Amino acid sequence: MAAIQVRGLQRAFGDDVFAVRGIDLDVAEGEIYAFLGPNGAGKTTTVRMLTTLLRPTGGTAKVAGHDVVSEAGEVRKAIGVALQEAALDPLMTGRELILLQATLHGLSRTDGRRRAEALLTRVGLDHAADRRVGTYSGGMKRRLDLASALVHRPRVLFLDEPTTGLDPVSRKAIWEEVQALNDDGATIFLTTQYLEEADQLADRVGIIAGGLLVAEDTPDALKSEIGNAHLEIAVCDGKLERAQEVVADLGKPLPSRNGLLMIELKGGAGSVAPVVRALDEAGLAVESLDLVEPTLDDVFVAKTGRHLEADDEEVSPGAEPVRAKA
Amino acid sequence: MSSLAQNARVVVALGRRSIYQTFRRPQLMAPIIIFPSLLLAVQTGGAGRAVDLPAFPEVNGFLDFMLAGAMIQSCLLAGNSGGIALAVDIEMGFTDRLLAAPISRFAMVLGRLAGTAALGAFSAVYYVVVGLIFGAQIEEGVIGVALMIVFVTLSAVAFGGIGAAIALRSGSASVVQGLFPLVFVILFLSSAFFPYELMQEPASTIAEYNPVSFIVEGVRDPVVSTLTGSDAAKAFASIAGIGVVSLGLSAGALRHRLRTGQ
Repeated sequence: MAAIQVRGLQRAFGDDVFAVRGIDLDVAEGEIYAFLGPNGAGKTTTVRMLTTLLRPTGGTAKVAGHDVVSEAGEVRKAIGVALQEAALDPLMTGRELILLQATLHGLSRTDGRRRAEALLTRVGLDHAADRRVGTYSGGMKRRLDLASALVHRPRVLFLDEPTTGLDPVSRKAIWEEVQALNDDGATIFLTTQYLEEADQLADRVGIIAGGLLVAEDTPDALKSEIGNAHLEIAVCDGKLERAQEVVADLGKPLPSRNGLLMIELKGGAGSVAPVVRALDEAGLAVESLDLVEPTLDDVFVAKTGRHLEADDEEVSPGAEPVRAKA
Repeated sequence: MSSLAQNARVVVALGRRSIYQTFRRPQLMAPIIIFPSLLLAVQTGGAGRAVDLPAFPEVNGFLDFMLAGAMIQSCLLAGNSGGIALAVDIEMGFTDRLLAAPISRFAMVLGRLAGTAALGAFSAVYYVVVGLIFGAQIEEGVIGVALMIVFVTLSAVAFGGIGAAIALRSGSASVVQGLFPLVFVILFLSSAFFPYELMQEPASTIAEYNPVSFIVEGVRDPVVSTLTGSDAAKAFASIAGIGVVSLGLSAGALRHRLRTGQ
């Protein structure tokens, strides 16, 4: 059974503003699925529908086998949610928040205390458990939010932009925790606007833009759709044209940029050595050499016509929605 | 655990949080204790000779007359503060945490109102103690005090429902905060601080039929005279009326928010 099954999911605000325009997706039990897209793409709206916080205006969605509209109560029992901008009361202490969360999920007082202790230790907040949340750093707040989402051992965990605004160290700590949770068997649906996050964490990535799912696959498969890795070579003494002739047969020449020799490698990283050898045998000295792998941003550009970092929320008119495989 | 027992446990937990919040955030506490205390002191000190006016009700002193007004002012402001706190919860997304949990949707509102009720009871006890320290006499003694606490507690729930409804409908703390001056208009157009018989028209008629006046009279009655059933009944009916309307509006506003997502 799929942990999450979505068919034609839509959400409109008013008659003509569509935040989500018909999404199909399946997330398997135990999978980490990353929903990648820029601000305003429809990520948070989708998560809010899947977590029963917002009613869809079209389509269906099942989470942990339960319909998000007709069986919302059952869905809520099965999920853990850590929403964007960790929704924490700055006046509560970390321990109070976890205990409240335990009560909301029906744990007894004793079980709640035990669970709070274990979770606060797990996310490294045991030392700050009795401090008010308002005194926590951004990373601590995110870890507390994550801990509170785990209090009832959810089957499916939704993390809405769990590392937005965090420094690299805090981000890495969250990634490690997410990975550990997944290793323990939790299905994780996370939204992100960070390419690296999707690449590092996700088993599969769905790219959303303008309320449409425009691509979906494993990170490697998505990148390989775009093309092979390419080399960027700075040749000494400006002998760019001569270098282009030498390596022409070893890959697909690309237009040079900033005086760099660019060549797409047919055999990936394994084809670097022949290129270097050919240049050396031709007496051309190499100043620097970079092997550039396709990124999810390249995939995003290919699918939507714009970079992920761009603020514009409109999807390219040519973008085609992806339908879930039957 | 049954669903009812679980939801009752949630209401208590959220009520406790609401009380923590108020005591930990001075701007929520000030309207409940400091403002009414100041007004009580200023009015009692500055207008104490009003009791000598012809047609002023028979009382032992102006403080006896003012105590009920201070309590109901505190209740109204507690309701407003509760609304502000709920709106802040909505603004910062804390209500999403509650709505994503397997609890009754209305438990979120009832939890807030449970906290407001506790604050109402606290303020009633506080003003009784302040009154007794400064020489007020409560004619009906312990039974009178108990009745005052019950009325003030129930009033806090009824007024809190109005704050909750506006918070849920607007989702904005500044909108709820904007109603703050209205509380004083309602109070001054009632018999909270002055007998309506001595007001000029049309204020006198408005105050006579203002439901807040009936509540104030019900709370004041055990202080200034022997208990009369009709004042208590009118107070109870007014509280019930305001409570039914405000809780109905809160339920409607919550349904609207859940349906539209805003």
